Amino acid sequence: MMNQSAEELNKIEKKDLFGSGHRACGGCGQALAARLVQDASGENTIACVATGCLEVFSSPYPDPAWRVPFLHSLFENASAVASGVEAAYKALKKGPVNIIAQGGDGSTADIGFQSISGMFERGHNVLYVCYDNEAYMNTGVQRSSFTPLGARTTTTPTGNKTRKKNLPLIAADHGIPYVATATVDDFRDLQRKVKTALSIEGPKYIHILAPCPLGWGHPGELTVQVCRLAKDTGLFPIYEIIDGKLTNVRKIQTKVPVQEYLKLQGRFSHLFKKGGSPKVIAEIQEIANQNIERFNL
Amino acid sequence: MIEIRIHGRGGQGNVAAAELMSVAAFKDGKFSQAFPSFGAERVGAPVMAFVRIDDQKIRTREDVQNPDYLIVQDSNLIGSVPVLDGLKPDGLILVNSEKKPEELQLKTTAKVETIPATEIALEIIGRPIPNAIMIGAFCAITGLVSLDAVQEAIMAKFPGRVGENNVAALERAHEIIKKR
Amino acid sequence: MLKQIEGSHAVAEVVAKCRPNVISAYPITPQTHIVEDLASIVGNGELDAEYVNVESEFSAASVVLGASAAGARAYSATTSQGLLLMSEVIYCIAGMRLPIVFTIANRAISAPLSIWNDQQDSMALRDSGWIQLHAEDNQEAADLHIQAFKIAEETHLPVMVCMDGFILTHAFEPVDVPDQKQVDSFLPPFQPTNIVDPRWPRGIGLFADPRFYLETRYILHRAMEKSEKTIKKVSQDFAKTFGRDSGGFIKTYKLKKADVVIISMGSLVGTIKDLIDQLEDEGKKVGLLQICSYRPFPRKEVYNTLKNKMNIVVVEKSISLGRGGILASDVRWSFPRHEKKDRNISSFIAGLGGRNITKNDLRHMVEKVEKEPVELEFLGLKKELIAKKDL
Repeated sequence: MMNQSAEELNKIEKKDLFGSGHRACGGCGQALAARLVQDASGENTIACVATGCLEVFSSPYPDPAWRVPFLHSLFENASAVASGVEAAYKALKKGPVNIIAQGGDGSTADIGFQSISGMFERGHNVLYVCYDNEAYMNTGVQRSSFTPLGARTTTTPTGNKTRKKNLPLIAADHGIPYVATATVDDFRDLQRKVKTALSIEGPKYIHILAPCPLGWGHPGELTVQVCRLAKDTGLFPIYEIIDGKLTNVRKIQTKVPVQEYLKLQGRFSHLFKKGGSPKVIAEIQEIANQNIERFNL
Repeated sequence: MIEIRIHGRGGQGNVAAAELMSVAAFKDGKFSQAFPSFGAERVGAPVMAFVRIDDQKIRTREDVQNPDYLIVQDSNLIGSVPVLDGLKPDGLILVNSEKKPEELQLKTTAKVETIPATEIALEIIGRPIPNAIMIGAFCAITGLVSLDAVQEAIMAKFPGRVGENNVAALERAHEIIKKR
Repeated sequence: MLKQIEGSHAVAEVVAKCRPNVISAYPITPQTHIVEDLASIVGNGELDAEYVNVESEFSAASVVLGASAAGARAYSATTSQGLLLMSEVIYCIAGMRLPIVFTIANRAISAPLSIWNDQQDSMALRDSGWIQLHAEDNQEAADLHIQAFKIAEETHLPVMVCMDGFILTHAFEPVDVPDQKQVDSFLPPFQPTNIVDPRWPRGIGLFADPRFYLETRYILHRAMEKSEKTIKKVSQDFAKTFGRDSGGFIKTYKLKKADVVIISMGSLVGTIKDLIDQLEDEGKKVGLLQICSYRPFPRKEVYNTLKNKMNIVVVEKSISLGRGGILASDVRWSFPRHEKKDRNISSFIAGLGGRNITKNDLRHMVEKVEKEPVELEFLGLKKELIAKKDL
């Protein structure tokens, strides 16, 4: 199944198949991630993209930023559309081709939940990449089911009261052959996972944490640090699930208390203000602790 | 009816500028309308905002095609966006720039004024958001809205230190123009 | 209190004062400021309501359906793609006679994607059994929400208050936002009749076989027709309580002596009025018939008001692809066939996808129809963007 050498998997690809001329905000995690994904996949790719920041900043008529075929329909159906493309390639005995459905957290976990579940369940040979910036960013920072506990958004002005939905595990429970999590700061790891996924037949899911400096309230220069702390606090575990088995877990060298991560971001600033919310911070720490135990970080 | 068109990039407070001017005009007892014209991108894309001020109710909803006044918050737009389009020949354009008006070499018969709004913003507010300075200069040049009314509008929208800093920037710009 | 305020904010404030019990929210440009404001208003305790952050518009409509069926005054807001996604539920809500109020921040429909204003979205749901009211400006948009809850609860028909996205939602202009006391005096607490409650067991949403279905549609249609009285009365009562005219069936402007009559709805009406005054100074007599209630359609009013007008031009921000202007069709249908008059009714499609409509564009439209009738034309069409074979 994995027929590429370690060398091939670990090489950082730079083909500029996505990006020149896009209109993303400076420091956008998603733009960087999308470029890494498309370059890892190569020219033989069809990108089925959901409505959202990625689609909006990359595909205005008449000058889109895509150098691979690009198909955008609606907010909620990227997975279903990709399923259709895959079915056509099968029926017409065309290909092989890398079909990559892509979307943000809203289009993946909320409005597109039905669609992705169906694609997984039917077993389509499609890689789904979710760029998780933890809110509906393109429409102005409203909460999604990936918004973490305590985060302030325009529709959770006093801090989000629910826990982040765990789509990687839900995906794995559909019995799909490959699931991985990654962050946008580790290029090698991200591209390796894309290439590994594309070498496997069946539905694949990669969940990428892609900070949004504007929506998270931190300067663009801190994106890398924010990603590292997300990992080192245990709030965003990095792992692969191959054929149902947890593997390649990124261990935390030195565990960091969640405050270090939260402090950097304006969306959590209310937790630290006068009369803040030590209870919420404690709950967030609890989530981190549970992740550390569950994934043996 | 007076029509104003504001040009800038997303993130420079163009829409807020239009809002503040319209709220100030309202406080001055006039009728006013302000609205934005932008794309779906978040930051950095060219944005326009429009303001109309009149002594009677404003009914039209078109974009402002023939502005009496142009406010340009990002001078780099002048080459790439048709900023001067429709500006009335006896109108006025205020540009955020350190250069003197003649140095901009704008092809227009309208009056040209400049003010280094970004520099002043960085000094007084600590962020490169030029809108308060541009409005302050605009008030001083045209007298179209009163400084008091703009101050009130700023404090109502941005309470606390942010508001105070913006008011300070507004007043500095007003002073600079008055001294010229 | 009169304030210089953004349209969305005015709507959120007014809706909160109507005391909804359940609000469902899913963000979509250009309605976002409305749901965000309501989140703040509920969050800071100004309004005691359940605010449900749903995962899609389909659920936004489903949540208010459930809430209303359980006896709550329920509200949501959407536009364009969101409205289409929830269209199944929209029909359900009408069929169940639930008095729900929605704000529709009119926006164009994909594909291609457009976040900008036109009225294709609410037009696509014109047959669903919802009352559709169109606001001319933000004052009317705010006022219509208060009227909408009253109309809905008296007629047992859901109501869409349509306001042009961006053009009204994001415009700052003076709006008199009524205070809580005034709204309470006009809008009494919701007294639901058909609800799911163990105390009075009822089934809502049964299935109807061919023996029964037809009559349900007849009843809904008649209810829509009869709602005319309520829509007019509520508008009149509103004027008495709040001291200003808004809503109702139609409005007219300088129609009496007009040689050419323009028909339109929504914010475009403002630009048209300015043009009419300009043309008047130039010696031309043009008038306006403004449609406020689009569903039920004011057929009698259109006919009675325009009986003696021979040159009518309909300008609308919608189209039935493969047929032509939708509002134009409704207007043409308002004149009985037996009437053998030499009346011209021209149809113009304008502003789709947020295309700016200028007074000049409208002036050319008037000049054209003064010369000869226009069957169908797209105002301001850029032929240079169209391949020859596609013209």
